[in-house]
Amino acid sequence: MAYLISIKLREDYSNFIFYLSPLVAVFLTLFFGSFIFLILDLSPIESFKIFFISPISNSYGISELFVKATPLAIIALGLSYCFKNNIYNIGAEGQLTMGAIFGGGIGLLFNNSSSILLLPSMILFGAIGGAFWATIPALLKTKFNTNEILTSLMLTYVALFILDYFVVGPWKDPDGYGLPKSMPFPESGRLPVLFDGLRIHIGVYFAIIICFISYIVFNKTLFGFKLRVSGFSSKASQYAGFKYKNLIFYTFIISGACAGLAGLFEVSGPIGLLYRDISPNYGFTAIIVAFLGRLNPIGIILSSLLIALTYLGAEDAQLFLKIPSAVGFVFQGLVLFFLLGTDFLNKYRISIK
Amino acid sequence: MQPIVEFQNINKEYPGVVANNNVSFKIKRQTIHAILGENGAGKSTLVKILYGHVKPDKGQIIINSDLATINSPTTAQSLGINMVFQHFSLFESLTVAENLILGMSEKISLSKLKSKSETICNKYGFNLNLNSPISALSVGQRQSVEIVRSLLNNPEILIMDEPTSVLTPEEIKKLFKIIKKLVADGLTVIFISHKLDEIINLSDHVTIMRNGKVVSNLTTKNEDPESLGYKMLGYKVSKTKQINNINYSEDVLSLNNLSSYSQDPFTTNLNKINFKLKKGQIFGIAGVAGNGQKELMEVLLNENDLEFNGNIIFKNININKLSTFQRKSLSISYVTEQRLGHSAVPEMSLSENILLSMNHKTEFKRGDFINFDTINSYANDVIKNFNVDTPSFNVKAGKLSGGNLQKFIIGREIMSNPELLILSQPTWGIDAGSEAFIKKSLIELSQRGVSIIIISHDLDELLEVCHNISVLYEGSLSKSLNVENIDISKLGKYMGGLFD
Repeated sequence: MAYLISIKLREDYSNFIFYLSPLVAVFLTLFFGSFIFLILDLSPIESFKIFFISPISNSYGISELFVKATPLAIIALGLSYCFKNNIYNIGAEGQLTMGAIFGGGIGLLFNNSSSILLLPSMILFGAIGGAFWATIPALLKTKFNTNEILTSLMLTYVALFILDYFVVGPWKDPDGYGLPKSMPFPESGRLPVLFDGLRIHIGVYFAIIICFISYIVFNKTLFGFKLRVSGFSSKASQYAGFKYKNLIFYTFIISGACAGLAGLFEVSGPIGLLYRDISPNYGFTAIIVAFLGRLNPIGIILSSLLIALTYLGAEDAQLFLKIPSAVGFVFQGLVLFFLLGTDFLNKYRISIK
Repeated sequence: MQPIVEFQNINKEYPGVVANNNVSFKIKRQTIHAILGENGAGKSTLVKILYGHVKPDKGQIIINSDLATINSPTTAQSLGINMVFQHFSLFESLTVAENLILGMSEKISLSKLKSKSETICNKYGFNLNLNSPISALSVGQRQSVEIVRSLLNNPEILIMDEPTSVLTPEEIKKLFKIIKKLVADGLTVIFISHKLDEIINLSDHVTIMRNGKVVSNLTTKNEDPESLGYKMLGYKVSKTKQINNINYSEDVLSLNNLSSYSQDPFTTNLNKINFKLKKGQIFGIAGVAGNGQKELMEVLLNENDLEFNGNIIFKNININKLSTFQRKSLSISYVTEQRLGHSAVPEMSLSENILLSMNHKTEFKRGDFINFDTINSYANDVIKNFNVDTPSFNVKAGKLSGGNLQKFIIGREIMSNPELLILSQPTWGIDAGSEAFIKKSLIELSQRGVSIIIISHDLDELLEVCHNISVLYEGSLSKSLNVENIDISKLGKYMGGLFD
């Protein structure tokens, strides 16, 4: 007799475990991560210390943690609008790139300006660029019923090529020795830092404000209610009289604007100019951040800090342990894997007959 | 001659319902034996027991004078019993021949199977291209594939569950020809239907079932549609309950020549539906499931912008183009057939489920902000006034029993003071206490001048609470019958599709 695995929906689906599972996933990641270090002949305890503790043991490290967490949090907060509505925008990386092109373009266009309005307009255009790029998959989905996962993902590569074109073509720095980068933005187009000598910038405030607004929207407004209803059941959403197509547009625009904002903050903050590799996959990693934070604004802030730490840890590991920095992505992948696993086991019961 | 099948005291009980209660009757070899009854009369359960799909609690089946133990469809097939289901199980992307070979229990080469299938097709006139994919076939052709698949097993007995429900009149004629030819060649056919004229035209014998019991075994040629209809429903006359007179004369809703024209083969298009509803009137729409109930509800609710001709007039306003939201704002309320995931979100609290349906009301919001205080007190009122058994309005809707949730949903709609309430299957699958409570609430509501439309498969329920009943059959609506002095044989004829 063959063994059959049967998967059944649990009736006693637990809310407590739903919020506990990120912690379980992190624990499992550390547990299995230690095997990776063992295989590499490294002491797990020492390695974890270098990976997770030493990067944030001084003020510079803490500042860097926030520098990395800010874009992750802003993008993930935006994505949570889509994901709550059961819309899968996978193209935040492209929207981030478009935001950098639009906002950064303003900075390059007025590169002689010293007006205090330059930075606000760059921020505004950054958000518009990201939102614009996100309306394309929304339009395709509502008009032609295309799969938004594919279109938003493919548009990411289109955006990256457009950035490529600008930095090797019309926006190339004439004094840049032929390198594929633009000239630096003027001082008035740079994002103010919070402390002299550290890179942590005012994007942090934006992340906190977006977190606060999202919390209100999700919990207190009809709009947030509509997103949740549509996420649970599109039929119930129709019964309630909500216009599902409009919700698709709104959520794409919000998440695109957030990603565009994050992109602009990267180029006008830590980077200061446009070049090819403006983002170490923040747009993709933010998907993990959003789910690890349970699509809850406060949870997203916490998970963005944790995932930012894997970026920093990976850099230190490369330096001190002589292992590739890709180990940071391995940890991000493990967290997502275990999170999906615990969610699955919380939702379904598996039995073997 | 020995009967080919004999049911002896078959009993099958499901929680809360006796599907088969001491069912005994015989089926003669080489005949077409029809089983007739309303929804839920127990026809499907009985043939599923014969096909080994369902195990009876008690009773036995004699096949060819031998006691048969049928534990699975495979055993049934080895005994020569095959079944064509109402819903097909075919692989869309595979060809006809590939689908046929998947149904074979014996090992056979594809070429051998093709020649065997072709012989069957030619002999009985199935028009099938064995190499075309299922996705390219019409519904009628797909059914032919299912029948050929059964015939390849050389059955002695073929069960057909509502085989005509998906076919066009032309296809039905063809099917009947095939069935008669098959029987002439030695097959015995068990035919489940609720269509009276088909039973008269096709069958040799008919067994009428009601509430899980056999009520008559008849020879078809002695009957006519009227007598069959009466025997199917006749007992209901005595149960009819008088309700109040209608005290108002103005029309609240009228549907004029409503027709839909969807291309989807799985929808029933509405065909020139007309009716008028007075203030305070309860209007019942009866009929067997799948005759356009879903589509009528869709047109009335307008969730999907379904295209239709004709007009819907609510209190002198043409509401054809109005969205669900706008219709609700005009004080039309809806209770859909499906509770979980349609008229309620199981993952959300009862309070949030109030907002689900009442988000058009200004008292529940300030701008776009939700006013939780008024929602919670509304939820509390519903829970109190409609006897909803729950500790609090914070409980998730999915945690309530079917009856409690339905009381909550109907209470939610009634408390919003609608002028028109449209319900689909309001007491489907709920406990008797909740059912009685809901019926009482609806009658009280109509006495306050609210008009009500009930779409239901449950005739008892309609006869108990409605002033008038019409029957929906293949998208057409019969004349309305006054429940007070209802002619049951006429209702039976309407149910079977024989309109005046």
